[in-house]
Parts: sequence; C-alpha cells; structure tokens
Amino acid sequence: MVVPILKQGQYLIASVQAALTDTDLLKLRDALTEQVGTYRSRGVIMDVTALDVMDSFACRTLSDLAVMIKLRGAETVIVGIQPEVAFSMVQLGLKLEGVATALDLEEGLAYLDQKVKRVARAINEQKR
Amino acid sequence: MPEIKPRRPGPTPTSSDAEGTAALLRELVAHLRGNRTQLREEWARRITEAKLLTAMTKEEIFAEATSIYDNYVDVLETGAVEALQAYARNLSERIIPRGVETHEVVGIVLLLRDVMARSLFEKYQSDFALLNRVLDAYEPAANRIANTVAVGFVQERERIIREQQEAIRELSTPVLPVRERLLILPIIGVIDPQRARQLTEQLLRGIRTNRAKVVVIDITGVPSIDSTVANHLVQTVESARLLGATVIVTGLSPEIAQTLVTIGVDLGKMNTVGDLRGGIEEAERLLGYKVHPLTESPTAQA
Amino acid sequence: MPLTSKRDEIRTPISSDFDIVKARQRGRELAATLGFPPTDLALIATAISELARNIVRYADRGEIILSLVEKGEKRGIVVVARDDGPGIPDIELALQDGFSTSGSLGLGLPGCRRLMDEFDINSRNGMGTIITVKKWLR
Repeated sequence: MVVPILKQGQYLIASVQAALTDTDLLKLRDALTEQVGTYRSRGVIMDVTALDVMDSFACRTLSDLAVMIKLRGAETVIVGIQPEVAFSMVQLGLKLEGVATALDLEEGLAYLDQKVKRVARAINEQKR
Repeated sequence: MPEIKPRRPGPTPTSSDAEGTAALLRELVAHLRGNRTQLREEWARRITEAKLLTAMTKEEIFAEATSIYDNYVDVLETGAVEALQAYARNLSERIIPRGVETHEVVGIVLLLRDVMARSLFEKYQSDFALLNRVLDAYEPAANRIANTVAVGFVQERERIIREQQEAIRELSTPVLPVRERLLILPIIGVIDPQRARQLTEQLLRGIRTNRAKVVVIDITGVPSIDSTVANHLVQTVESARLLGATVIVTGLSPEIAQTLVTIGVDLGKMNTVGDLRGGIEEAERLLGYKVHPLTESPTAQA
Repeated sequence: MPLTSKRDEIRTPISSDFDIVKARQRGRELAATLGFPPTDLALIATAISELARNIVRYADRGEIILSLVEKGEKRGIVVVARDDGPGIPDIELALQDGFSTSGSLGLGLPGCRRLMDEFDINSRNGMGTIITVKKWLR
C-alpha cells in the first residue's frame, strides 16, 4: 500500500487510504523526510482518518517522523485520529507526546499556517 | 390399591416408569387440547375475577391467554421450554411498559395451572389411583412452566432496568456545545471506571461532530477523586488532545487538589482554571474571542 | 487452556508484518459479528496488533487464534497468540510498563492487558509463549 504524498503550496500532505503494514509506515516516513528537502516544504500533514488501529509501532513511527521532519526544518501535524482510535491509544499508554494534532485537514492547514507565519514574523523582525 | 410414590422425572427413571409418565402426559395433553375453548374461557374469566392484568383490555387478555394456553400445552407435550421461553420474553417486552407487575404474571400462570388441574380432577375423580398418577406427571411439568414464565418476566424487567440506567447515565453527562468550537462537559456525581469510559467516549464523539477546538471539563460537582478516577481524567484529556482539542479542567476543590498532590498524579500537563467562568474566559481567549459588556464601550472601561 | 470449543476458530499464521494487519482485521470482523461497539472493536484490534507484533519481533513465527466464547449470560471474543519462540524468561518484568528487550516502547504486553478484560500468559524459557486474552460484550 503506497501512500500518496501531495504537494500543496509549501506543505506536503500524506493521506493514508487504508491499513498500513509496518513496512509501509517506514517507507512513508522515509519518503516524507526525503521530500521535505526536495520541495523545501515548511510543513507536513499526516492524515490518518482512514486508520482504524494505531498501535505502539505506528505511534513510535509517527513520533520519529515528527522529530526527523523537525530536524529537516519543517513542522508536522497529525490529523484525523478517530475517537475510538484515540481512546485505544491512551489505554495502551500512547500519547504521541510532542507531536501536534488537529481535527482534520482544514485544521491541520490552519495550524501550519499559524506556525509558519510565526516563524516568518520572527525572521522579519530579526532582519529589521 | 397399588402404592403410589410421588415421582419426578429424575435423571434415571426406569423405562417402564418413563413410558408410563409419557403415556399419561400424552393423555392429558389430548384432554387439554380437546377442552381448549372451555378451559381457556374459564381461565380468562378467573384472570378478570382476580383483578389481574388490569392494564389490558378483555380482548387483549383473551388473545394472550390463547397463546399462553397453546404454548403451555406444547411444553407439556414436548418437554421443550424454548418456544415458551421466547414467547414469555416477547410477552414481557410488550406488557412491562404498560405497568404489568411480576405478581400478575406469576398469578395468571398459577391460575392456568389451577384451571387445568381442576379439569383433570373432574375427569379422573372416579379413579383415585389414576388421578394421582396423572397429577404426578402434570405437577413437575406445570412447575417448570410457571418457573420459566416467571424467570423470563423477571429477566426482561432486569434488562429494561439496565437499559434505563444506561440511558440515565448518558443523560447525566451532557456534552454542551455552548458556542462554535467550544464544548462544556459538566460532571456531576461520582465517577466510576465505567462512567469515566462513557464520558470519554461521549466527549470524543462530541469533539468530532461539533469540530470542537476547546473543551472545558467542570468537576465542581464531583465529590471526591481517587487515583483511578484521576488517571481516567488524565486519559480523557490526553485522548481529546489526540483529536486536536485543548482541554481546560475547572472546579478542582481544595480537597481534590490535595488528593491529587498526595497520590502524585501528574497534572502538570493539564490546563486548569479555578472555576467554570474562568475556564470559559480562557477558552474564549484560546479561540480568539474578545468579550466586552454591551453597555459600555471597551475604551470607557479603562 | 480453558478454551470452551474448538469449532469456529479462525487461525492466522503470523510471520510478517502483513500478517499483523490481517490478524487484527479478522479480529475486528469477528468481534463485530457479536455486536461490540466501535470503541471495543478498536481496543480488540489494537490488542491483536500488539500480540501479533510480539510474535514477529521475538519468535519470528506463530499464530493468532480467534474464537467466540459464552460463559453463562456473557458473550465475548478470545484471542490466543501462540508461538514456539524463545519464551519470556521473566513474565513479571515483561508485564511492567516500559520494559522492553527490543528497543520498542515496551508497552506491548502491559498495554494489551489494559485493553482487554482478561489476560493470561503461559511461557517458559525456550518453550514458546501462549497468551490468551478475552473481551466480554457488556
């Protein structure tokens, strides 16, 4: 299962369409980390609306992804975690600490806009 | 006169005994079928006389009486209670909402038993030995039937009570969309693990359907908290965050605050505000609202 | 093993990460036939995922056996994870949060126990592992 990665302005959007194996997840992580550089993207949105399970491996991979993207100079936001999935994750003890989350794609975009703007403003102020 | 021992159909009856009982049951089933119209009417009359099933009309009583009568005789014939069980459950489901009580259901079944027994008396009164054997065959089966119907009714009642409890529990924790993207969850009363789970599920669904960004959980009405409940609260906050919502907890009483510190629950990452009003103000700030009194202009305030 | 019946078992051999997905999807489907609410379906699927992952990670191969159970009025689903791997030398330790020998988060077994209603583990050094978990319909 290959996850399509869309380039939308200065962001990359990966929207998961069906259940992912561990290998799929790792491939996706590597592809996103790679393409963030290629397209000089400022943010990554990972849409997991279609996922009905987020186990410890998926969570760890997403946490790693967020850190790697950060090291590559961009922001990550996970969107679309389903209520039942969130409930199970917390029961399992998985909190995705340090990773930004948003309700859906629209909210995710709003979050990144805000983040990126703040960075841009800080840079502008420094230039002055 | 042969000696008559009362005998229930035990696990290992001798074959002649079992055959005898079976033959007698066949005979009395034929008798009860043959006198169906008359006995059924007699039964319905006695139900009305005893002022049972007063919530139902005569026609309804007669219709149910017919079904129960036929089911009853079927059970005597086959010994299989499954069909009667299903019917009893179905009947209970229909009559419980109309206020029929347990004693009425038990009462009508015992009446039917009596009506049938009297009819058997009448038929066999000339031969006392035979009558005794007939009653020996009839009694255990009749008891089993009465038991099945009563248990079915009580189980159905319990099921309905459980459902109602569930409904009350759900009503007791409303998720209130007070304004766009803001939910308030006032919790009143004791939180047990089951309620905590229900509360979390409701909140998460509420966040999704209302596209909420901020949630204020007010626990002013929660009398006490132990470590289990505190952990549930933390889990609720964490799972809401996974959906992308920020949670503000308000109304932590001094006692609860002290408990939480004593048991060492990590509330550091929890956003807490003193009271519900302050919580809503903070929520509005997070959502980018500014609230001014209408009577005064914002500048006049300063 | 206190398995009530041998009929209607769904066995899924586990040897790769693709099998993990297959096992948890089957578990979700089976649980759905019993009428579990969505939250429980997610809990069950997640638990199966963790159990199957443990097999792949520690034992290379094994199987997940799914079945339905009845106990009096209660009905539920049973998940058995079985492998012939190295076994778990210290079960107590393995059931503690944050313990892991493979560099994972170490939430697999204790987490799985929290997700389900009943949890039973049987393992001996070098003799493989059998983990049985149950979830009851409420």
